[in-house]
Amino acid sequence: MTLVAIATVFILAVFVGLEVISKVPQTLHTPLMSATNAIHGVILVGGILVLGSSEAPPMQVIGVTAVLFGTLNVVGGFAVTDRMLEMFKAKKREVKK
Amino acid sequence: MNAEQLKQTIDLAYLFGAVCFILAMKLMNSPVTARRGNRLSMLGMAVAIGATFFNPAIRPENLLLIGAAVGVGVVGGLIPAYRVQMTAMPQMVALLNGLGGGAVALVALYEFLDALQKAHVPEPVQRVTTVLSAIIGTISFSGSLIAYGKLQELLPGRAITFKGHGTVNILLGAFTLALAAMILMMGQVTAAAFFALIGLSFVLGISAVLPIGGADMPVVISLLNSFTGCAAGLAGFVLINNSLLIGGALVGASGLILTLLMCRAMNRTLGHVLFSSAGHVLVAGTSTKVAKQPKSYSVEDAAILMSNANRVIVVPGYGMAVAQAQHQVKEMAGKLEAMGVEVIYAVHPVAGRMPGHMNVLLAEADVAYDKLYELEQANPLFPESDVALVIGANDVVNPAARTDPNSPIYGMPILDVDKARTVIVSKRSMNPGFAGIENDLFLNDNTVMVFGNAKTTIGKITAALDNY
Repeated sequence: MTLVAIATVFILAVFVGLEVISKVPQTLHTPLMSATNAIHGVILVGGILVLGSSEAPPMQVIGVTAVLFGTLNVVGGFAVTDRMLEMFKAKKREVKK
Repeated sequence: MNAEQLKQTIDLAYLFGAVCFILAMKLMNSPVTARRGNRLSMLGMAVAIGATFFNPAIRPENLLLIGAAVGVGVVGGLIPAYRVQMTAMPQMVALLNGLGGGAVALVALYEFLDALQKAHVPEPVQRVTTVLSAIIGTISFSGSLIAYGKLQELLPGRAITFKGHGTVNILLGAFTLALAAMILMMGQVTAAAFFALIGLSFVLGISAVLPIGGADMPVVISLLNSFTGCAAGLAGFVLINNSLLIGGALVGASGLILTLLMCRAMNRTLGHVLFSSAGHVLVAGTSTKVAKQPKSYSVEDAAILMSNANRVIVVPGYGMAVAQAQHQVKEMAGKLEAMGVEVIYAVHPVAGRMPGHMNVLLAEADVAYDKLYELEQANPLFPESDVALVIGANDVVNPAARTDPNSPIYGMPILDVDKARTVIVSKRSMNPGFAGIENDLFLNDNTVMVFGNAKTTIGKITAALDNY
């Protein structure tokens, strides 16, 4: 990809982010924060790429730590979000007196 | 499949991942579809990560190492994720966010050292984004750890600061930027300069978050979440990877929006939240007010008041969270409803230590979310309600926000509990809250205090309700 193409993707994604998030109700702000937190764990892709291409121990240490941190971020983030959202599952509307 | 086709297939998988992330956020707009959304983004993540293993740059002899690191990460991530209590969610998110920031910084460090070793000079844009993602990722890492420490109460929740702290922070920031500029402009860079840059960013993250009081931590976590997102997006420039670019940009943008929404709910600017407390050493005991004693009620009195009410509006705060009282509250509400009393919940946007924190806790206790009222919906209901029951909330119900221009929270929209006929406050003691601001609500004529741990108090009120 050319630099302009990369920048285009990045900037358009920022606008998409601004757009989709402004409609989320306050009730879901905590799960939302936690869900987006898991999504930036996509850096794990970068971690795997650098560790995968590494050749010598000092660089491998950096790579292993990056992959470990990234995995903790992704797995922990998705799991806590799922736990929170499970509690928000549709409940029967209780009859008002 | 030839090399070009393989590359295209992998890139398509990244695009698929990115689309999943966007759709997931869209599904987050309603509690009914939110969980499906999160599952969808898990799928997108799995596809993006799975595709990465087909990249020809990955040397087969490293697969074992990757597998081991991922394996430890999966186990290490799942165990705390399923053990952590809902009350502790803010610090959990802070910790995970810090790890993400750390991962970004490490990837940037690797890229830099790798280019240095191979005497390869990357494109200018890639050099800039490498440096930026290292700085932002590191700040996010150290800042999140401090936020975690404060929320977990390993560190004091109050502002930790000294005279001239603000200036020190500005200098630290300036040094970091100057060093970054130097690294980018010099032809010959050493690894030491890059390590120094990471070291400076690390100290800056700590020094910037330390003076921010515990009550403002939700804003800080949200902002650092946005930082990590941006840093991950910038790393996407270096690795030319759509899932990183799009995922990172989405998180960066949404985190920023969330941060600003929270600041607006407190009627403060982001700058005020971040910088106002640095260097301001609080002097305790300056209140010159004539001490007036609050009215203290027994749990039986509170039970009688509520059983005779037309409507009880429950206002939960962090005190309910620390006491884990949400289940008792739900039980009490059930009994009151059986007696014909309407019970609703008024949730302030910044109640608790994370936006929407109370909603999560009440959902945990199985309270239907249509009984939760937001600030604008709840305020008109207070004047026509007999009882407002404040459980461990303080600043979000402090009338000084409406009346006292000298109060630090003046102008913040609050829940007008004082307009209810009677306000029952369940609180541990008369100590001012997390933010350390006096609250005259507790001394009002229509306010009664029930002192004690929220869980015990509400439990006793529930038991007492059986008698009426």
